[in-house]
Amino acid sequence: MTVTVNPAQTGAPVFYVVDEHPHPEGWSTSLGFWIYLMSDCLIFAILFATFGVLGGSYAAGPAPKDLFDLPLVALNTSMLLLSSITYGFAMLTMQQNRIGQTQMWLAITGLFGAAFIGIELTEFAHMIHEGAAPQRSAFLSAFFTLVGTHGLHVTCGLIWLVTLMVQVFKFGLIEANRRRLMCLSMFWHFLDVVWIGVFTFVYLLGVLR
Amino acid sequence: MNTDTHAAHADDHHHDEGHAHGSLSTYMLGFVLSVVLTAIPFWLVMSGALPSKQVTALVIMAFAVVQIVVHMIYFLHMNTRSENGWSMMALIFTIVMVVIALSGSLWVMNHLNSNMMPIHQMTGMK
Repeated sequence: MTVTVNPAQTGAPVFYVVDEHPHPEGWSTSLGFWIYLMSDCLIFAILFATFGVLGGSYAAGPAPKDLFDLPLVALNTSMLLLSSITYGFAMLTMQQNRIGQTQMWLAITGLFGAAFIGIELTEFAHMIHEGAAPQRSAFLSAFFTLVGTHGLHVTCGLIWLVTLMVQVFKFGLIEANRRRLMCLSMFWHFLDVVWIGVFTFVYLLGVLR
Repeated sequence: MNTDTHAAHADDHHHDEGHAHGSLSTYMLGFVLSVVLTAIPFWLVMSGALPSKQVTALVIMAFAVVQIVVHMIYFLHMNTRSENGWSMMALIFTIVMVVIALSGSLWVMNHLNSNMMPIHQMTGMK
């Protein structure tokens, strides 16, 4: 006589092999990158909070009204906004597989981004030359940290942009490059969103104060 | 998840559930709106068109919020469907965290400032 042993009845462990189904390469990249951007958003939120707390502590030094040149900030803002729309054109031409035009729009985006960084560095140099360096007051420390972090992000975006242009030049608009370009697109537009906060809360409200 | 959606997922390289794409008209609309929403606050502050500073501050903050939403929709292509709603979930979570961090910091530090006021000012206030 044979006795069939049901493992569930004897209490022996039952194993199920759950096979992880295959996903195409990079299927989760855009969500993962979005979550990275959200964590970056928290960094900026803390820097904004710091600026909000310290923004009025001039330590008898220069105030925003003495330092900020609004026409220059407006010019800087337009550079970043123009770079956003030209990046949008790069994405549109990428979807149409027009590689030459994609490269052209990426290059134009890079030029606008470089102009933004150039104007910002000129502004910083001018402020430091006038004695409004980060160590002058809590307001200036918070200002340089916040605006400098944003500028650093844009600089990283520019390096990334040049890298991707070389990648597209060498390998064409392959799936991996499309994915990378889409991540940079999110990064670039996200930096423009952060800049809206910077020009409103730092520059405009600073001058208004 | 059932196998049908996987097969569709693997075939479709543009992954419909993934991040949405824009079109020329949505990009242009977003750009025009952004230019207007940027120009008005700059003009308000530079010309001093509104007599009250407080009102100007509130108005330009409102413009900033609207412009952030415009960028989110037209440039970052946010919607409730992309990534099966997970990017919207991540965004909402982040907004909650940002609001807590910002309002909490400003509130607490403002009270701290009032309570740490130098003694001669405190007595002067009485």
